[in-house]
Amino acid sequence: MTFKPVAVSAQTATTAVGRGQGALLDALQTRRGGLKRYRARRDFASDIDGPTLDTWIGEVEGLQSVTLPRQWSRYDCRNNRLAWVGLHQDDFFAKARAAVARYGAARVAVIIGTSTSGIAQAEGAYRARDPEGRLPESFSYSTTLNNFSAPGLVSHAIGATGPTFAISTACSSSAKVFAAAARLMQADWIDAAIVGGVDSLCLTTLCGFSALELLSPHPCRPFDRARSGISIGEGAGFALLEARAQAPAYLLGAGESSDAHHMSTPHPEGLGARLAMCGALESASLAPDAVGYINLHGTATRSNDPAEGRAVAGVFGSTPSSSTKGWFGHLLGAAGIVESIVALLALEHRMLPGTLNTTDLDSDCPNNVLLDNETRDIDVALSNSFGFGGSNCSVVFGRENTRPRTLS
Amino acid sequence: MQRGLRSREYKAKNALVIACAVMGIGVHGPGLADWTAAREALSGAAAYVRADNAAPASGLLPAAKRRRATPSTRIALTAAQQALAHAGLDATNVPAVFGSSSGNPDIIHDICAMLAAGDYQISPTKFHNSVHNAASGYYSIAVASHRAVTSLCALDGTAAATLLEAAVQTISAQTPVLMVCYDLPYPFPLSEARPTIDAWALALVLAPPLFEPAAAHLTLTDGAEEQALDTGLIDTALELVRLGNPTARMLPLFGALALPGPSEVVLRQGNGRALQVTVAPC
Repeated sequence: MTFKPVAVSAQTATTAVGRGQGALLDALQTRRGGLKRYRARRDFASDIDGPTLDTWIGEVEGLQSVTLPRQWSRYDCRNNRLAWVGLHQDDFFAKARAAVARYGAARVAVIIGTSTSGIAQAEGAYRARDPEGRLPESFSYSTTLNNFSAPGLVSHAIGATGPTFAISTACSSSAKVFAAAARLMQADWIDAAIVGGVDSLCLTTLCGFSALELLSPHPCRPFDRARSGISIGEGAGFALLEARAQAPAYLLGAGESSDAHHMSTPHPEGLGARLAMCGALESASLAPDAVGYINLHGTATRSNDPAEGRAVAGVFGSTPSSSTKGWFGHLLGAAGIVESIVALLALEHRMLPGTLNTTDLDSDCPNNVLLDNETRDIDVALSNSFGFGGSNCSVVFGRENTRPRTLS
Repeated sequence: MQRGLRSREYKAKNALVIACAVMGIGVHGPGLADWTAAREALSGAAAYVRADNAAPASGLLPAAKRRRATPSTRIALTAAQQALAHAGLDATNVPAVFGSSSGNPDIIHDICAMLAAGDYQISPTKFHNSVHNAASGYYSIAVASHRAVTSLCALDGTAAATLLEAAVQTISAQTPVLMVCYDLPYPFPLSEARPTIDAWALALVLAPPLFEPAAAHLTLTDGAEEQALDTGLIDTALELVRLGNPTARMLPLFGALALPGPSEVVLRQGNGRALQVTVAPC
């Protein structure tokens, strides 16, 4: 599919480094990371001792004191509190509502990526089962555990009634939301979309990644020779996309692919990653050398980084690339949107972030990994997101001056 | 391209139309093991008789993977295989859109129960089977497809959302697209919070309008009314299934595909809007 560029009219991100894109930009520029050592009895499971895990997490502070407005109280869970906080940064909520007023509710889609939605609420409800094994009356399935809970809340609160759904393809979820929204625009089904991703800390993902022996005992060090796995984080990000508008940046293309290799291990040569990146370039009608910066998936697992590095070097040669997971961790279903926003910040602020915590690059990873931040004027940035099930998505963004070139 | 697809029949404001062909159909539900077996009950020509199916042994999955795959994956791939065979297409070239409200309900229950018991040693297989896209991941591995595969959820609007996304993909990629919906009941106690009737998987291979051979042609129209009435089923037992299983919300479309003449069905989207689908069998 060849893309008609889509305006990115507004964006916001909330992670362990702070609420809103200003906090994210500041953290990137000042090299201030948000990861902390995991300890049991954190907010997300404060009623139990919990597992002993030697790892670091990217926790969004203060969610326990967030209250949803009364009409949305049935949506209350950590994931939706995070979604609510995220939605209200950077004036995003008002901008999204203005888009609904401008185009009409039915012409605005809501597409949100998540991997585990409000599963922490179900974890707590299971702990609170009665003697017959029943869940507490207060447990509300549809508005917490089901993956539709965040898109349901966001669409109701904003008042959009276009296509509304969750994409749940693990860690590529909220990159794929861009592709889905662009397709609906191309089909003229919608004029605008609120896309985003939300995932929050829970025992399921912490224990699951622990079982896979993928949790790092240190703040994650992507592409470092001594990297030892991921740091799990939580986050919420949103973007307002418009089919016909002027904006500082544009979604120029997206590529999706499957590894067809293994459920939880990437293809060793990054075959699916290469297909996703090439698909994104093709849909944007761009040559690889048009891309000035690549925000890597860069999880800091032993297997991801060399596979991705080979794929990136194969497609792009020595184009600068970095993983920003050292700042806020691996946001899983929110990784795609937040790292897309990092790519957008790189475009808009002429600042390429480096790779936090990494000092000694692994020679098995042949791509050009930036360790330090660089000031550089770029026209086009690409963001990679890869997930379980071999689900890959690359999205490419450009500044306004790239638009005529891609259209010609 | 889109302008050419607009039909003169729809002149209302915001009357959006997407047209596509149906090349393949797959059905897996209790007592209805495939499309041939399902046609009469779904069209209302015969009563639906619920019966337990033999455990589906999807030929798409090699034996080693079949053992590890979840029940959701097995029924989803069973319906997918039927639809692909019906369409006569090589799966390696077909992007796929999977949709499910519940994903892997048994695995989610197992993990929540383990964690509540203080057992934090989730097996790696259980963890990777817990992701919503487990079925689509196993699918791409089983058919060795590098094409885009997605997995989405819209609660009781999942069927409509999945159909719409698959139809939109046929238009944007100008290629056949596999659509698979599947939903299974949760074990107790989640079954009380989210009652779900039986295990159903429904699949279609959709294609751009001129692709042959087509079993039917569809046009999807955005319904103007919110909270619109969706199409029900004549058979009372099947109607209960339709209301009790998010995937079965799509059964009226399959009923329309089983009829000899054209008809229209209304599916509810996640936000309550109607998705109107006209069905013209070939």
